[in-house]
Amino acid sequence: MMCSYERKIGFALGGQIVSPVKVGLLTIILISVASLVGAGARNQEGTRTGPRPSRAEGLAAWQQIYSVMSHPRCINCHTADGYPQQTDDRHRHLFNVVRGPEGKGVAALQCATCHQSSNADSTGVPGVPDWHLAPLSMRWQDANDKVLPSSAVCRTVTDRTKNGGLDGAALVKHHQTELVKWAWQPGLRNDGTARSIPPISYEQFIAATRNWTQARMPCPQ
Amino acid sequence: METFKLTVNGQVKEVTADPGTPLLWVLREDLKMTGTKYGCGIAACGACTVHLGGVPTRSCVVPVALVRNRPILTIEAMADDPVGRVVQDVWVSEDVVQCGYCQSGQIMSAVALLKSTPKPTDKDIEESMGGNLCRCGTYVRIRQAIKTSARQLG
Repeated sequence: MMCSYERKIGFALGGQIVSPVKVGLLTIILISVASLVGAGARNQEGTRTGPRPSRAEGLAAWQQIYSVMSHPRCINCHTADGYPQQTDDRHRHLFNVVRGPEGKGVAALQCATCHQSSNADSTGVPGVPDWHLAPLSMRWQDANDKVLPSSAVCRTVTDRTKNGGLDGAALVKHHQTELVKWAWQPGLRNDGTARSIPPISYEQFIAATRNWTQARMPCPQ
Repeated sequence: METFKLTVNGQVKEVTADPGTPLLWVLREDLKMTGTKYGCGIAACGACTVHLGGVPTRSCVVPVALVRNRPILTIEAMADDPVGRVVQDVWVSEDVVQCGYCQSGQIMSAVALLKSTPKPTDKDIEESMGGNLCRCGTYVRIRQAIKTSARQLG
């Protein structure tokens, strides 16, 4: 039996009137469940499975990510000017290659004029589908080709007005594209030696990206 | 060695070659199509330019195994190409060529530019043709010939 007061402020739930006491209890339970879910980590499918990494853990993960992003295999195509760079000394791309309107070169001198859908080890030309420069909004270098500090790159990567509108989940997906994966399978130079690869493995890079995004993408000051 | 079926200027050709052999050498040595020139072998000069699947491509650095089913167009097909025909005629009327060694690559790049950009600006020409070197220094005449071709193609 509910008193009239309970009836007046009671809620209709599933066609039945529920007392404020019950509503309060239900609310507490729902908030608790939501907090637990919110604090959880996500697995590859995006389902939370464990505790959310701390900010400190997120920052540590970011430093791992930055060690990859600042490696020549990645940063050579995140330039601040109208051309890509080449090799570990990051010199301006030879052969008068230019950025072009969409980061894929110009009409008669496209990226695809040399770069094919896979590495051409017999001739030393790297390749993967959709070879292109990152947009200028995603430059990770200054006008003198110096790599930007970790904090500045992090701000760029997390700014959705600059990064193509990517949220955390989309950033993880971006890091799983063939173009990004190529950095760990960059093929041979034309002298037959192997190109260098980033300092951590691809699996570590993806794990770091997940940890960082789960920690709400913290950036160093 | 592997056998590859290539569509060159509309004709299917079968060649047996090492998969890493550059397309340039398949064209020149196996198919005896010597209009495409060897200049540097490292994609630095543009003399070896062909169209691969419609994309101007440096044939000296593309292994034959990566051609796959994309059609190849070479300088030998330009006389029958509506844009190529005009460009070649203008090349003659403007007296572009000096020694001529780089000119098949120059024409292949010019045709690609005009097909993509029918009214190219000076900047378009400089950027697109920037990868084609000419040791005789015919650049000024090349630029003029591209502009004349654009006008004639209207």
